[in-house]
Amino acid sequence: MSTKVLMEALSPTMEEGRLVKWLKAEGDVIKAGDVLAEVETDKAVMELVARGDGVLRKHLIPEGTTAPVSSLVGIIAGADEDISALAGGGAAPSPAANETATATASTQRTQSAQSTVSPVSAASALNAVPSDTRVTASPLARRIAGDAGLDIRNIQGSGPAGRIIKRDVEAALKTGEGRSGTGAAPAVSHVPRPTSHIPGETFRDEPLTQIRKTIARRLAESIGPIPTFYLTAEFDLSRAAELRNAAAELGDAYKVSFNDIILKAVATALTQHPEVNAHWLGDTIRYFNTVHLGMAVATDDGLIVPVIFDAQTKGMSQISAEAKGLAKKARDRKLKPEEFTGSTFSVSNLGMMQIDQFTAIINPPEAAILAIGAIEDKVVVGANGGFEVKKKLRVTMSCDHRVIDGAVGATFLQTLRRLIENPLLLVM
Amino acid sequence: MAQFDIIFIGGGPAGYVGALRSAQLGLNVAVVEREGLGGTCVLWGCIPAKALLEAASIAQKVAKGKEFGVTAEKVTLDYGVAMKRSRAVSAQNSKGVEFLFKKNKITWLKGTGTLAPNKSVKFTGVDGKTETHTATKGVVIATGSRVKGLPQIGLELDKQHILSSDEALTLDKAPATMAVIGAGAVGCEFADVFNAFGSKVTLLEVMPRILPVEDEDCSVELTKAFKKRGIEIITGAKLGTVKKGKNTVTIPVEVGGEKKDMTFDLVLVAAGRAPNIENIGLKEGGVATTERGFIKINDKFETSAKGVYAIGDVAGPPMLAHKGSREGHVVADIIAGVHHHPVNYGNIPNATYCHPEVASIGLTEAQCKEKGLKYKVGKFPFSANGRARTSGETEGFVKVIRDEKFGEILGAHIIGAHATELIHEFAVARENEYTVEEIDLAIHAHPTLSEAIAEAVLDSMGKMLHA
Repeated sequence: MSTKVLMEALSPTMEEGRLVKWLKAEGDVIKAGDVLAEVETDKAVMELVARGDGVLRKHLIPEGTTAPVSSLVGIIAGADEDISALAGGGAAPSPAANETATATASTQRTQSAQSTVSPVSAASALNAVPSDTRVTASPLARRIAGDAGLDIRNIQGSGPAGRIIKRDVEAALKTGEGRSGTGAAPAVSHVPRPTSHIPGETFRDEPLTQIRKTIARRLAESIGPIPTFYLTAEFDLSRAAELRNAAAELGDAYKVSFNDIILKAVATALTQHPEVNAHWLGDTIRYFNTVHLGMAVATDDGLIVPVIFDAQTKGMSQISAEAKGLAKKARDRKLKPEEFTGSTFSVSNLGMMQIDQFTAIINPPEAAILAIGAIEDKVVVGANGGFEVKKKLRVTMSCDHRVIDGAVGATFLQTLRRLIENPLLLVM
Repeated sequence: MAQFDIIFIGGGPAGYVGALRSAQLGLNVAVVEREGLGGTCVLWGCIPAKALLEAASIAQKVAKGKEFGVTAEKVTLDYGVAMKRSRAVSAQNSKGVEFLFKKNKITWLKGTGTLAPNKSVKFTGVDGKTETHTATKGVVIATGSRVKGLPQIGLELDKQHILSSDEALTLDKAPATMAVIGAGAVGCEFADVFNAFGSKVTLLEVMPRILPVEDEDCSVELTKAFKKRGIEIITGAKLGTVKKGKNTVTIPVEVGGEKKDMTFDLVLVAAGRAPNIENIGLKEGGVATTERGFIKINDKFETSAKGVYAIGDVAGPPMLAHKGSREGHVVADIIAGVHHHPVNYGNIPNATYCHPEVASIGLTEAQCKEKGLKYKVGKFPFSANGRARTSGETEGFVKVIRDEKFGEILGAHIIGAHATELIHEFAVARENEYTVEEIDLAIHAHPTLSEAIAEAVLDSMGKMLHA
């Protein structure tokens, strides 16, 4: 019996992969689980693993070629099994198709590099189910994975035809534990999502009311798939600057940036406004009780949105440290899939590039994103009628009108203003 | 001397299915079998016993005919006739396997074989001629098992008064009194048959209950049903050394400190099967055995000798035809070098064809407790099932044990009419890791006995509708 070697979806958002290197030659004896090749996904270089025993009879695509997910890239079969039917089949991408695919991909890359405000590339793994890849998993496996908060699509199946069965989920749970503890090598190249920040008790699903459905439909017709509106506000950062200076005086360990203060303020404000900390799921709106804060990071390859999980529970220093770490990892292309999926709300900051204000594009299924501009000194009318110089920051929140109405978004920004202008509230 | 790809020693359910699968994969196959194809299963076990049990079932139904408005008078019971029919069914099945061999161009080497070096087999034909055949890919031992008797207490099989199931299958008439030693599947089935044909049957079991490997609820239910039919059941019985009279056998039986001698016309020993490991050249071939006398194998059925495999009863318990057949299928895949699914030993159904039938799969409730699993039990009696009432077969129940949290079907136990057929809904569900919810969601036709499965499953979720 032969086993097809397919380009697999090695990250939740992967649509195609570039075969960097074949690690097994044609004619090599293969056991299920052997690493056949290195594949570059949209996020990282990962391993392509054999799904069956036999001999690697054929490389159907040369190294360096890009192939869409689910296309045939090789064949494992018995040493003298007839594979002509498989090898000749149309499943392998033709060179022309490859070129087109690569071209499209690079266009996409360029585009996203240019419009640094589009975090769509890091669409959440939670809900964006790729319609063309059917995941086969037993009902029991799905239940156990769901309970443990594992994304079933990140688990490798060992049942008939790669079906995900109970033992695969249990193995994934185990390797997850091994990872945090002893650092034991995971048996599979896909890593299960660690627990906690996916389904369970940390959110509630609210079915859409009729009025909300109508609002959604009408507004979407008007503006596009996501009917977005924008709210801009200018905050006074004088006190935030004082806080920052005071913290810095305490020593290097307490140094925080304006961005860290803003992230902390956003996380805190979101806990008070779960109506903004939400996902649009088509039939329901999912309101989260925890804040998984996405932060857009520009890298040489394009934009990626790593996530600070449970941000509402974290202090400013911890947020600062995590933000720094995630940004570095993103630039080094070392982010794991679970580190850039699952955000509930995102922040994009172009202040360091002297952008006064801008509008960011929502990272679906999230309901809103906050765009942070540059901080500048402005002359304002002071309390006594004279002139004063104040540090000012402009933020613009893009809101999905299907989830957030104007007044709701505005109330959130009021809370955010109160926190940022009185940062003492963040540490109380 | 001839050369094959694979040689199977033994043509029972393990060997012949392995041979068919090997042939299907394009291999040149030979099977060494001295008797008829199909082995114990077809000739001396499953098939003829079920033919007799069907006769027993008809006898019971005829006795109940009156309440259905079907009155049969002057009913006579003739074990000899039933026996002859059962032999004919066996022969027919064996011929069926012969036909399959011809169709698949499998060579039947009629005789016995012993292992010889380098994947070869020294073959002695029924005509006495010997020759050596070699296998290029592998030799598979599938010699099965046999009833060993209990010589330690004087129950040596004399084939006159102390019988194994083999002799019971060829009796001309049912004895007046009979002891059946061992209340496992075989013992319960023969107790059922001879009771139906008029023998006064005493079922003796050393364990505290009959069908000791089944869930205790099933044992209790079957005990009730057997007692109602006049089968005497003595469990926790310690047997003393047997004394043989001229036409009788006396067994000293001790239960709870009380001793008594019990005398029977016939004793059927239905306890203890031994693997057939003698005279097949294991020692010479370098094939190791386990402490319990089975051939030692790894997870690919390889023995300690290179190129020699073992499957079926001789390779270890459970000694069930369907377990052997699956092993035959898988060993053929392994030897042919094609992808194989390992045998799922945790999902092998048990089936006992007495009346009411008993079937099970997975863990018993006691095993769940022992493993410290958190579980819920659902149970539905056939007395509340419409279809069971129409046929007047309301004994028994469906019992399902599910994991408390995920609904995984940990075990299922059915006692009642057609239980051995019904169990497969659970076999398929478990193999596919369906939970109780998927069984509930599947629409069950009305009226059927299968509805009892759906109801038991609902009961495990606290949602039973019809009881």
